[in-house]
Amino acid sequence: MLGYVANRLASLVASLVVASVVVFAAIEVVPGDPASYMLGMNATPEAVAALRAELGLDAGPLARYLGWVGGMLTGDFGVSYTYRTPVSGMVADRLQVSLPLALYALALSTAIAFPVGIWAAARRGTAVDAGVMGATQLGVAVPNFWFAMLLVLVFAVNLRWFSAGGFPGWNAGVWPALKALTLPAIALALPQASILARVMRSSLLDTLGEDFVRTARAKGLTRGQALRRHALRNALIPVLTIIGLQFSFLLAGAIIIENVFFLPGLGRLVFQAISARDLVVVESVVMLLVFAVIVVNFAVDLAYAAVDPRLRRRV
Amino acid sequence: MNLLAVEDLSVEIGGAPVLRRVSLALEPGETLGVIGESGSGKSMTALAIMGLLPRSARASGRALLGEVDLLARTEAEMCAIRGRDVGMIFQEPMTALNPLQTIGDQVAETVRVHRRASRAEAQGVARLTLERVGLPQARFPLDRFPHELSGGQRQRVGIAMAIALRPRLLIADEPTTALDVTTQAAILDLLRRLVAEDGMGLMLITHDLAVVAETASRVAVMTAGEVVERGATREVLRAPRHPYTRTLLAAAADRPMRLPRIARTPLLKVEGVTRDYPGARRGLFGRETPTRAVRNVSFTLHAGESLGLVGESGCGKSTLTRAVLGLDALQGGRIVLDGEEIRAGEAMARELRARIQAVFQDPYGSFDPRWRVGRLVAEPFHVVDDAPGGEARTQAVAAALEAVGLAASDAGRFIHEFSGGQRQRIAIARALIIRPKLIVLDEAVSALDVRVRAQILDLLDGLSTRYGLSYLFISHDLHVVRAVTDRVLVMRAGEIVEAGPTERVFSRPTHPYTRELLAATPVLEMAG
Amino acid sequence: MRSLWIGGALAGAFALAALVSFVWTPWDPAAIDIAAKLRPPSATHWLGADHFGRDVFSMMMVGARVSIAVALVAVGIGMGLGVPLGLAAAAARGSLLDEAIMRGNDLVFAFPALLIAIMITAVFGPSAVNAIIAIGIFNVPVFARLARGGALALWQREFVLAARVAGKGRARISVEHVLPNLASLLIVQGTIQFSLGVLAEAGLSYVGLGAQPPTPSWGRMLAESQTMISFAPWLAIFPGLAIVLTVLGLNLMGDGLRDLLDPRVRRARA
Repeated sequence: MLGYVANRLASLVASLVVASVVVFAAIEVVPGDPASYMLGMNATPEAVAALRAELGLDAGPLARYLGWVGGMLTGDFGVSYTYRTPVSGMVADRLQVSLPLALYALALSTAIAFPVGIWAAARRGTAVDAGVMGATQLGVAVPNFWFAMLLVLVFAVNLRWFSAGGFPGWNAGVWPALKALTLPAIALALPQASILARVMRSSLLDTLGEDFVRTARAKGLTRGQALRRHALRNALIPVLTIIGLQFSFLLAGAIIIENVFFLPGLGRLVFQAISARDLVVVESVVMLLVFAVIVVNFAVDLAYAAVDPRLRRRV
Repeated sequence: MNLLAVEDLSVEIGGAPVLRRVSLALEPGETLGVIGESGSGKSMTALAIMGLLPRSARASGRALLGEVDLLARTEAEMCAIRGRDVGMIFQEPMTALNPLQTIGDQVAETVRVHRRASRAEAQGVARLTLERVGLPQARFPLDRFPHELSGGQRQRVGIAMAIALRPRLLIADEPTTALDVTTQAAILDLLRRLVAEDGMGLMLITHDLAVVAETASRVAVMTAGEVVERGATREVLRAPRHPYTRTLLAAAADRPMRLPRIARTPLLKVEGVTRDYPGARRGLFGRETPTRAVRNVSFTLHAGESLGLVGESGCGKSTLTRAVLGLDALQGGRIVLDGEEIRAGEAMARELRARIQAVFQDPYGSFDPRWRVGRLVAEPFHVVDDAPGGEARTQAVAAALEAVGLAASDAGRFIHEFSGGQRQRIAIARALIIRPKLIVLDEAVSALDVRVRAQILDLLDGLSTRYGLSYLFISHDLHVVRAVTDRVLVMRAGEIVEAGPTERVFSRPTHPYTRELLAATPVLEMAG
Repeated sequence: MRSLWIGGALAGAFALAALVSFVWTPWDPAAIDIAAKLRPPSATHWLGADHFGRDVFSMMMVGARVSIAVALVAVGIGMGLGVPLGLAAAAARGSLLDEAIMRGNDLVFAFPALLIAIMITAVFGPSAVNAIIAIGIFNVPVFARLARGGALALWQREFVLAARVAGKGRARISVEHVLPNLASLLIVQGTIQFSLGVLAEAGLSYVGLGAQPPTPSWGRMLAESQTMISFAPWLAIFPGLAIVLTVLGLNLMGDGLRDLLDPRVRRARA
């Protein structure tokens, strides 16, 4: 077990290193000099020189890369050019919106998909199954930001149950904050839940056809018992993979959804930074999101080991 | 008083009949062998008795367990009967156990679904049952997972699950088919012992006449969903009445009249060959330590000879075969064919490749499903420099197909249109088409039913005479090897432990392992 | 089979609309007509007009071009790079090449298409080409994994052994035996990635990282409609429906193709 964790941990670190090189290199290939790029056409040579010094551009790429990584490791993400404030503080503020939103959506998606997928598999070939398959087929096809707009139209504009956007902040209390995140989370979760429910159903159907389920039935277990005690846990392994992949989609989706609801999250920050050509912020936010995705995949690997004893034994 | 009486059991799936008025009877303490080839309906009979037929199936007739008609029970009642009164074990031990649950929990579950037992009590029963099936506490604690056990050990766990509550009836569906011969012997011993100890009835379903001959006191022969003959095993084997039983017995006993060949010229020389499996990759650069699959093996195959290579799974015979075919590189020693050294992969000279061809085990996996038979059979022409093209190639394919008893017109068909036996004929045609000197037959008849197998063996024998072919015949089946080889090598744990003329090795084995193998092989005593 | 026809008809209708838009649209999609401003659906403007009086139906026809072109090219990039990589990895199973390809795949999976688009846009500015590259890069590991997984299973089959005994090299076997047997799998995945590409393109152009004005695109039509949703909901509803129906059509087509091409299903039906 320890060996497995160590192995996955090593792979996590390796992925992070390579990912940081990719992000750094991508920003490096900016046409011309980053400083003049960020300042635009009309900058004076003095201003460019000043920014160059501030960004440390006079040093070689390797030194700057190491400085950047070293800074991030100590929580120093640099200073935003447009806002003149430390990026780490800005990111931390915005993360308080984006991360809860993605997790809220993930929880909703899982909570919806599991029972629905299991229900459809247990009632295979019935009207229930056909209904679930039809509904999820539609759910998969709906763009989450459009669904979000429809939710606003119905629940905010017409019914006035929710406000159409904005975020009161966590200081205003947990409930108002969660309420503000509810419509965005539903918009994010429903398409993902459709995918997850379909995966759950087909994985469970595959497992129900396995020999060991027949063995369980030969021991005297009912269909339901065999499903709950034997098929379900085995069916979980591909489902975990999808949950891991979905987290990165949810994070990316959260960035888009924030625009629909005017939420002050990472998405708003990164789009403002792009239009202001604030590369320091873009770089940090992208790296942070990649970090989140890689860490979640690591967590999924650990979850595999928790479910599957065959992984625990091997190095 | 019968323990089990199946009366006029018929089953339809989607309107198509799969069982027709099957009747069987079994007494307590008795073993009934149900024999038949694949598709004969023997497994379907077992599933019908268990009430585990597919949902689309409709059963009629009666299956009386004592006084109780199992076919008339509700699903809830059957759940109470399965596992308590009737246990069942299946063919594939590798997939029949839940990989995520310990063996102790899986055996204890049988107890817990039927009795209000505490976890500790159930685990206690599981412990005792595992001891009974030969998995002692010291080496097999309850918290072992299935992947930590071998196939034979897993089958023992399967048996433990089935007998934990000492059912009156045990149904075993091909329980040893997936196992090696020595493991098979041990499992059959275990089943016989359990029947004697518990006085339960055993319904043993198998395709192997010899297994039935050794284990069952009575036998029922099934074909095409019907029982065509039943009676005491000795009587049926000695004086079969139904024509089908007679062909089955004849095929099982079939031995092509193989004239001893006088062979002097060495064709294939294997000299001190060692083969390692690379360890699994660990990270970008690391690897686990390699496993030695073949150690320092040497032998010679002479021109015109048929040489057998026998051994159980994992003994290294497949690895050795791949090396002989020039598919994998050696870690030591060399292999010389016709005076030239065999090298792995594309390094092997084309002329040399053209002198050796192969027939593999799986009649379904051996052919690209998207190619027509003509193109499949002609594929080895790739190694021949002056390969015939156009009409000449069509002629060559036709000749090869006709040589193996198929029609020239079959070249235009796809492989899924052929039966298993026909496919092995096509595989032989493919091996034959470039007239190699040596054909490697890797378990080439193992997947075939007994009657088809006999036909293919006859065909191979005829071809070797006609074309002066040599065979390297790899098999786990001692009967087959005895029937068709001149000399035999016995392989175990990567080494050849015994070699010699086939009849000598089989009648007077010198190595203890050869003796063990022979003793474990069920024998069909033909009294007629 | 029914899903193949329904899906094909839906997706085909949008493809047809995209093609027809090159020669004919009911109105000039770029023509500003203040008199028609925010007109609801009617006989003259079938799906209404936007705040500049532009015809929504005409804009949607032209928008279909962008959606389909971006998604199609992205699938092409993904297949063109991913499939050869996957085949090579499988042919050299367990080698350094295999490991490097698979690790590279894992890495790309850590960058959702949106992040790639954000990086490209931050550096080169937004455009439809960036959207294609971003979605295309994300498709590469999808096809590489699928091809490798399928090819590994095929390499275990005895017909590949037979081809090797016939002296064929790994590259030749990959092309002659492995690729044709993977084709149906790849086609099915291709339609799925196509539909995901349509969704991704809509998302990117919604946040301004895709096709730029004045080219109409479904995502941007939605973005522009957002502030008017309370008094001109048709501006938001119709482009969204177009995305849903296109994606639904492609997915249904994928399911139908899977059933049609999967030999297991075919045998069960026979």
